[in-house]
Amino acid sequence: MSKMNLTRRGVIKTGAVAGAGLAVPTYLSAANHAGYTNAPQGDTVTLGFNVPQTGPYADEGADELRAFELAVEHLNGEGDGGMMPTFTSKALKGNGILGKKVVYVTGDTQTKSDAARASAKSMIEKDGAVMISGGSSSGVAVAVQALCQEAGVIFMAGLTHSNDTTGKDKRANGFRHFFNSYMSGAALAPVLAANYGTDRKAYHLTADYNWGYTTEEAVRSSTEAMGWETVNAVKTPLTQTDFSSYIAPVLQSGADTLVLNHYGGNMVNSLTNAVQFGLRDKQVNGKDFQIVVPLYSRLMAKGAGANVAGIFGSTNWHWSLQDEGSKAFVKSFGTKYGFPPSQAAHTCYVQTLLYADACERAGTFNPCGVVEALEGFEFDGLGNGKTLYRAEDHQCFKDVLVVKGKENPTSEFDLLEIVEVTPVDQVTYAPDHPQFSGGALGTCNPGA
Amino acid sequence: MEAIILQILNGLDKGSAYALIALGLTLIFGTLGVVNFAHGALFMMGAFCAVTFSNLLTLSYQSPEPTGTDFLGNPSYDDLFYVQQWFGEAAGAWMMDWAVPLSILFAIPVMISIGVIMERGLIKHFYKRPHADQILVTFGLAIVLQEVIKYYYGANPIPTPAPEVFRGSFDFGAALGFDPNVIIYPYWRLVYFGFAAIIIAAVFAFLQFTTFGMVVRAGMADRETVGLLGINIDRRFTIMFGIAAAVAGLAGVMYTPINSPNYHMGMDFLVLSFVVVVVGGMGSLPGAVLAGFLLGILESLASMSAVIDLIPGINQVIIYLVAIIILLTRPRGLMGRKGVMEE
Repeated sequence: MSKMNLTRRGVIKTGAVAGAGLAVPTYLSAANHAGYTNAPQGDTVTLGFNVPQTGPYADEGADELRAFELAVEHLNGEGDGGMMPTFTSKALKGNGILGKKVVYVTGDTQTKSDAARASAKSMIEKDGAVMISGGSSSGVAVAVQALCQEAGVIFMAGLTHSNDTTGKDKRANGFRHFFNSYMSGAALAPVLAANYGTDRKAYHLTADYNWGYTTEEAVRSSTEAMGWETVNAVKTPLTQTDFSSYIAPVLQSGADTLVLNHYGGNMVNSLTNAVQFGLRDKQVNGKDFQIVVPLYSRLMAKGAGANVAGIFGSTNWHWSLQDEGSKAFVKSFGTKYGFPPSQAAHTCYVQTLLYADACERAGTFNPCGVVEALEGFEFDGLGNGKTLYRAEDHQCFKDVLVVKGKENPTSEFDLLEIVEVTPVDQVTYAPDHPQFSGGALGTCNPGA
Repeated sequence: MEAIILQILNGLDKGSAYALIALGLTLIFGTLGVVNFAHGALFMMGAFCAVTFSNLLTLSYQSPEPTGTDFLGNPSYDDLFYVQQWFGEAAGAWMMDWAVPLSILFAIPVMISIGVIMERGLIKHFYKRPHADQILVTFGLAIVLQEVIKYYYGANPIPTPAPEVFRGSFDFGAALGFDPNVIIYPYWRLVYFGFAAIIIAAVFAFLQFTTFGMVVRAGMADRETVGLLGINIDRRFTIMFGIAAAVAGLAGVMYTPINSPNYHMGMDFLVLSFVVVVVGGMGSLPGAVLAGFLLGILESLASMSAVIDLIPGINQVIIYLVAIIILLTRPRGLMGRKGVMEE
C-alpha cells in the first residue's frame, strides 16, 4: 500500500512547476496568433494577391497585380499616393498598416477553383497572409471566399460579377467592391428601353456556368419588366470557341435583339461571330437588329476590335471618369505603367486600400475587427462616387456605368464611352431579393 | 429545313479546319510514324504568322499631333504607317486591309522552316521510341510553343479582321427561294471553305502526280524497300513534315478572321483533330478529310436548339459519341488500312 505525503511545501512546488508548464505554451500561442490567424509579427504585414497569372485571363490578372503593387507602394508611403489623398477616410498615413510595412505574396489561380484554393491555402499557411484578394472569375471567388472563411482570414474579392458571391455564397469574412449581375440588368434596362424601345424580342446566349446563369436571370427580369419578350435562352459550353452554330439560328427565331451573357474569350468570339453573320445589318420585326453585352471589360473588348462599336453594356469603372479619385488613380497608374488601368485593376486597388483603412480604424488585423469596421462603412473619393459597404451582405452599393463601344476610337485604350452613370438608388435591392436568396452570411471567423 | 441547311453550312467551315489539321497529322503519322501532339500548336503558330505580318504592315512612326492629348493629358502623336510612305496611301491602305490573305506568303516559308527545325531538332530523336514517348515530347513542345506565343503576344485574343470586301454575309435563303434572313452565311467562311478545298486538292495532287509524291507514297507503304533502292527517304519525309506544318499553319492563317487568335487556340482543335484522324482511319488521308467534314457538320447539327432540348448536352459529346459508334462498327475507322498501328 502506498502512502501519500501531502505537505504545504510540496503542493506549492508542484503547483509552480505545473503552472509554468501550462503557461509556456499559452504564452507562445499568444505570441504566434494573438487570437486570430496569421497575426503579424515583427514590423511587416503580409497580404496575399491571388490572380490568374496563367490561362485565358492572364492579361487581366497581370493588370490586377500591377494595381496591387501600386496600392502597396502607396500604403507604404512611396509614389504619389494615388487615391489616398482623395479617399474620404483619412485613417491611412502612408506608413504601412498599423505602422507595419506592407509586403505581399502572389498566387496563380489559373482561373480554376481548385488551383485558386491551393494557392490561397499556401499563401495563408506558408506565407502567413492575413488577407487574400484578387480573382477574375466568380467560380474562383466563391471557392476562395469559402476557404478564407474556414481559415479565418479576410477575403477582399477582385473582379467577380455573379450575384452568388454576395448572394447565396456570401460569407462573413468576404467583401465585394465590384458590382454584380443584378446591378448590370437594373442599370442597362432603362438605357436599352430609351434607345431600342420597349417592344423587343430578345434571344440570350449564356455561358454555361454560375456567372452566366445569374447574368441571364438579371437581364431577363429587368428587360421583361419593361416589356421585352425573351424568345429563347440557350446555354453555350464554356469551352466553345466558334459560336456560329448558336448564332445562326437567332434570326430564324424571330428575335430582333441578341444578348450575349458571355465574358472574356467567350464574349470576344461570340460577338465577333455575331457581327460576321451580319446580324447588325439586318432588320427584323421592322427594327434594326441589336446586340447587347451585359458585362464589358475594356481588356477583353480589345480582342473584339471594331465589332464592339455601338454595342451597349455595363462596367464597374472606366479610366475616362473625371472625378478626382479616378483622375488620381489613372495618373498614378498611367505614369508608372504607360497605359490606363482596367476596371479589374481599379477594384483590386480600391479593395486593398479599403482593407488597410479598415484595419487602421479597427486598430487591429483581427478579421472580426476588420469585418466590424467595413460593415456599413460609407466612403467616397475612390472613383465610384458615394459608396456603402452594406452590412447585410458585404456588397458595395454605388453608381453603375452604362457604356457603349466607341464608333471612332482615338487610341487603343479608347474603346468604350460612358453613356450613363446610373445612380446607386436605381441598382439597390433588398438583402432578401429572390436573385440573392439561399445563403447566410454567418459570423466572422478569426481562425487560430 | 432552313435550320438544317444552315447548320450544314456551319459545319463546312468547322469541318474545313478539322480536315486541314487532320490532313497534316495524318501526313506526319503516315510518313514518319510519329503521333504529333504539337500539330495544334502549328495551327496556332500559323495564326500568329498572320498577326505578326499584320503587325509588320502596320509598323509606324509617330508624328506630334498639335491639338490632341493622350490619356494623361500629355501631347499625343499620330501614327504614320511606313507602308503608306513607301507604296503610297492607297496601296498601303490596301495592303493593311488585305493583311490576312497576304500573310499566306509570309506563313509558307516560316511554317515549313518551323516544321523542318522541329523534325530535325527534336522529333527525329524519337522515331524509334514508343508512341507514348512521342506523345509526351510533342505535347510538351506544344505547351512550350504556346507559352512562348503568350509571352510575346499576351493571353488576350488579338483581332485580325478579314479584308473589307469579305465582311458581311451572303443571304443563301433569298438565293434558294426561302425567306430572306433565315439562311445567312459570312463571306469569309465561304472563302475559308474554298481555301481548304484548294489546299486539300493541292496536297493530294502533289502526292499523286509528282515524282516526289510518288516516292513519298512508296515510302509510306514500304520505307525499307525504298531505302534499299538508294533513295534518301528520310530527307523526303522531313520535307513532308515541313509541308504538313505549312498546311496546319495556312489553316491557322485563314482562320484568324473567324475567331480572334489567342495562344490557346491550337489546344482547342488538337483533341478534336485526333478524334477526326482516328475516325477517318489512322494513316488515311482521304479518311481524315472525310471525317473532318462529317464530324464538323454533326457537331453543328447537334448545336441546334431542337436537338439540345431533346437530348441535353448532346452538343458537347456528339463527336465522341460518333467516334465510339464508328470504332465499334469499323475498328480501323472509316477508311483505315490494315496493319497501321496494329501489332
